[in-house]
Amino acid sequence: MSELTELTPQNPVEQFLRMDRIPHIWCPGCGIGTSVNSFAHALIDAKIDTRNVAIVSGIGCTGRVAGYVKQDSFHTTHGRAIPFATGLKLANPKLNVVVYSGDGDLFAIGGNHLIHAARRNVDIKVVCINNLIYAMTGGQTAPTTPNDVITSTNPYGTFDAAFNLPYLVEAAGAVYVARWTVFHVKQLARAMQEMFAKRGFSFIEVLSPCPTLYQRRNKMGDGLDTMKFYKEVSKIRNGASTKDVALTKSGEITVGKFVDRERSDYRELMHDRLLDSLGDDYVETEACSCQ
Amino acid sequence: MHADPAGVMTGTHFLDGDHACCEGALAAGARFSSGYPITPSTEVVERFAARVPTVGGTFIQMEDELAASIALQGAVWGGAKAFTVTSGPGFSLMMEHIGLAVMTETPCVFVDVQRGGPSTGLPTLPAQADMMQVRWGSHGDYEIIALCPNSPQECFDLTITAFNYSEQYRCPVFVMMDEVVGHMTEKVVIPPPEQIEVTPRRYTTLPPDEFLAFKPCEDLVPDMPRTGEGYNVHVTGLTHDERGYPDMTPAQQDKLVRRLQDKIKKNVDKITLYEEEQIEGAEVVVVSYGITSRVAQRAIELARKQGVRVGKFRLITAWPFPEKQIAEIAAKVKAIVVVELNLGQMVREVERAVAGKAIVRFVGHAGGSVHRPEDILQTILEVAR
Repeated sequence: MSELTELTPQNPVEQFLRMDRIPHIWCPGCGIGTSVNSFAHALIDAKIDTRNVAIVSGIGCTGRVAGYVKQDSFHTTHGRAIPFATGLKLANPKLNVVVYSGDGDLFAIGGNHLIHAARRNVDIKVVCINNLIYAMTGGQTAPTTPNDVITSTNPYGTFDAAFNLPYLVEAAGAVYVARWTVFHVKQLARAMQEMFAKRGFSFIEVLSPCPTLYQRRNKMGDGLDTMKFYKEVSKIRNGASTKDVALTKSGEITVGKFVDRERSDYRELMHDRLLDSLGDDYVETEACSCQ
Repeated sequence: MHADPAGVMTGTHFLDGDHACCEGALAAGARFSSGYPITPSTEVVERFAARVPTVGGTFIQMEDELAASIALQGAVWGGAKAFTVTSGPGFSLMMEHIGLAVMTETPCVFVDVQRGGPSTGLPTLPAQADMMQVRWGSHGDYEIIALCPNSPQECFDLTITAFNYSEQYRCPVFVMMDEVVGHMTEKVVIPPPEQIEVTPRRYTTLPPDEFLAFKPCEDLVPDMPRTGEGYNVHVTGLTHDERGYPDMTPAQQDKLVRRLQDKIKKNVDKITLYEEEQIEGAEVVVVSYGITSRVAQRAIELARKQGVRVGKFRLITAWPFPEKQIAEIAAKVKAIVVVELNLGQMVREVERAVAGKAIVRFVGHAGGSVHRPEDILQTILEVAR
């Protein structure tokens, strides 16, 4: 090793990245990498055994996060990261299971799984990078795309309603719901840390630019312009009613922590019920490990 | 190694095939199942839901078959032996995750209690019409193992075999039951745990810095890491290299997909299971599997009474198909009669293996009941004439 290399200080997030896979595939100006940086900082600062943090992703640009984070990581099928994570967590409860995926993956093809995992209050943490579009496949309309937006499948503009993600996830039963943008890197890292400490279904929506397919096609500038836009229109309103935080094409972006409540998680509920019904016949296991 | 006594209900029981299958899974060490209700398979997981909390494990009812067929794979990577159970329409929904299990070499078991199709078809009545779907239903090239029990006893025995094969070859293994076998009640003998051979998971003994998650051992199967132990393994459905990293080049595609096939193909002789009877000197051999073999047995006996020399060949593994055995039989007999509860699936494999060396006659049935032995008998007599 040369003297120069030895003197070069290492970026503290590198320990959590598969540096042998860098450069990544994300476009210039994309916010996914920025969110991963916040995630790595959350891992540094969180008081948890990071060996137990497992990442599960679906398919899409954000689905590739699992391939860059140096943890046990699972890149599954389109929309099904949450049920995979459910099985992983229930079989091996010591794991801190994080689902890191995109808005199309989690709310269109995977929407059913998301609401059921929130209903059950399975102890998994969901980071949803919302770039308002299907990016990997070329800029098609997502269930999050606001009205009056040009996409490759709505070439004359979108007209159907978009999901308000925090409102939906709160209604389904999540115990922690927050929204930040990739402009809010510190707040996002703190929210991720809070999420690690939370027991139950936790959800962070992270708004991120897709300069290649969303901003460009809608004449909204590049990645930097979008960061300026986030800075201008974001309003921090912790505790805001999720009913009031729906996104529009160019209106206010309400950010902050909206929901932070306590509810027994799936394993606790299952344990209490089985113990109550079966008494001494109930065999408790920390993990369903095989021989 | 031997079965964990906690899961083994040693004794002589009067069980239907669905319940026997559940006991087989427990004896094999399954401690996780994710399911979605569908007739005529649900009894397997209903029993599991009642039994597993007393053994130490988890059942979760998922929101659909897509979820059920991947939650179990999460559980496997979490360290459990896991399975799911379904029937036709649910099996169709699970196809993508069969491909995922193949690509990520996830040892797991799928039980398909077959019913009449297409679509909703005959929810409460039998068929054997998913035999090609199990082989080819997911996209891409791959090999799987599929077993066909013909009695509740075999539902118990072959479910254990399925788990053992899945751990040995790290691929999804299928127990292809049907409505009649699933709901038929017979004597099932569950041996003591020390008489039940169970294949343990192939965990690596290498430390994380020396371990490559998808580097095959000599038998072409890689060892598994334990999640949460610092291996930082990456598991992806993308074409990947020995580190598990995406590598989407034609060369890597060729290397990986061929290995996934070869780990089964090169062990066909070790995997293939079948039952044969009076093949030597036979002029006609009846090929069947699952419940159909029980009906065919009657037809074979009736034909023998009429002086026809009839042999029996029962597929226990439908996949990999016992190609070599069928080819050998074809060289010795006049005709092969294939009986299936579908309109022509495994018969195509038989014809391919026979390659014109004998007459192949098919006795099909669209499903909804079993065959009448007389219909099989008539075909045997026709070809023997």
